[in-house]
Amino acid sequence: MNGGALFVAVFLACAVEAVEATTIVLAAGTARDWRSALWGVAGGVVLLAIVVGALGPAVTVIPLHWLRLLVGGLLLVFGLQWLRKAILRAGGRKALHDEAKLYLEHVAAARSAATRRRGGIPDWYAFTLSFKGVVLEGLEVVFITLTFGSNQHDIPLAALAAGAAIVAVVVAGVAVRAPLARVPENTMKFVVGVMLTSFGMFWGAEGAGAHWPGSDAALAVVVPIVAVFGAGLSAFLRRTPPAAAQADPALAEVP
Amino acid sequence: MNVKERLRSFAHFWYDFVVGDDWRVAAGVVLALAATYGVSRTSVPAWWLVPAAVMVILPFSLWREVRRGRNR
Repeated sequence: MNGGALFVAVFLACAVEAVEATTIVLAAGTARDWRSALWGVAGGVVLLAIVVGALGPAVTVIPLHWLRLLVGGLLLVFGLQWLRKAILRAGGRKALHDEAKLYLEHVAAARSAATRRRGGIPDWYAFTLSFKGVVLEGLEVVFITLTFGSNQHDIPLAALAAGAAIVAVVVAGVAVRAPLARVPENTMKFVVGVMLTSFGMFWGAEGAGAHWPGSDAALAVVVPIVAVFGAGLSAFLRRTPPAAAQADPALAEVP
Repeated sequence: MNVKERLRSFAHFWYDFVVGDDWRVAAGVVLALAATYGVSRTSVPAWWLVPAAVMVILPFSLWREVRRGRNR
């Protein structure tokens, strides 16, 4: 895996998570109080930095074959879950992840909650909503960055890709002051699902003691095969869509 | 929220984070990796076991979800 592939894989995965976190923070800031929402972001970032500070050095100490087995297994489980959801959405069996709808739901819930001041934070609800959004989505960013980076012995490049994705999404979110509904999220999730599944298979099998034909070059074959397999399953599901899904315009976006 | 509820909520979060919607996928991955480890101790090549498992696990999980959707 070269640096470019590492950068693209981490960038895409982190961008998807950043879009979801941005939606939540925008809802908390718009419907409640920007100052409290931004304190929530800061609190979330500090907690994630502590997690990275604790896990980062620990990850580099684990012997490589154990790291690959553990990380490969986890990535494979994550990847299959992402791929499964993306295929179900593309195949019309699950509603597309609608950031605009989610944003309105968060805004409605935020507007109906009572305002409470706590510990210098003007609006505790906006703080906790924003804090939770950043921490929950950020944990996946941390996991993906550390696992991809440590396996490829290039945590700085993986961190750079994650940072670039977060900055790009936040800048876009601030510029439009609205949820990033036009991002082709399902297609991105499909691509990330393919990447996580492929790298999970490769590292997991290596960690379990297998030797891939062609060593690292096997990835160049595994990734396209997983992509074609996933696209084939999507196409198969689309060929026989359920009656309700046929009328749903949200199903237009497919990988 | 008492301590027991907090612990349950914490455990639920990590289960949801790691295992996700279908525990069979996680179980299948663990079995495939264990089988790979077992076969790799022999002279038989073991690299193909995980890809083969993925080719079974993913359609099986999708099929279950589609069937569940029809029965709703």
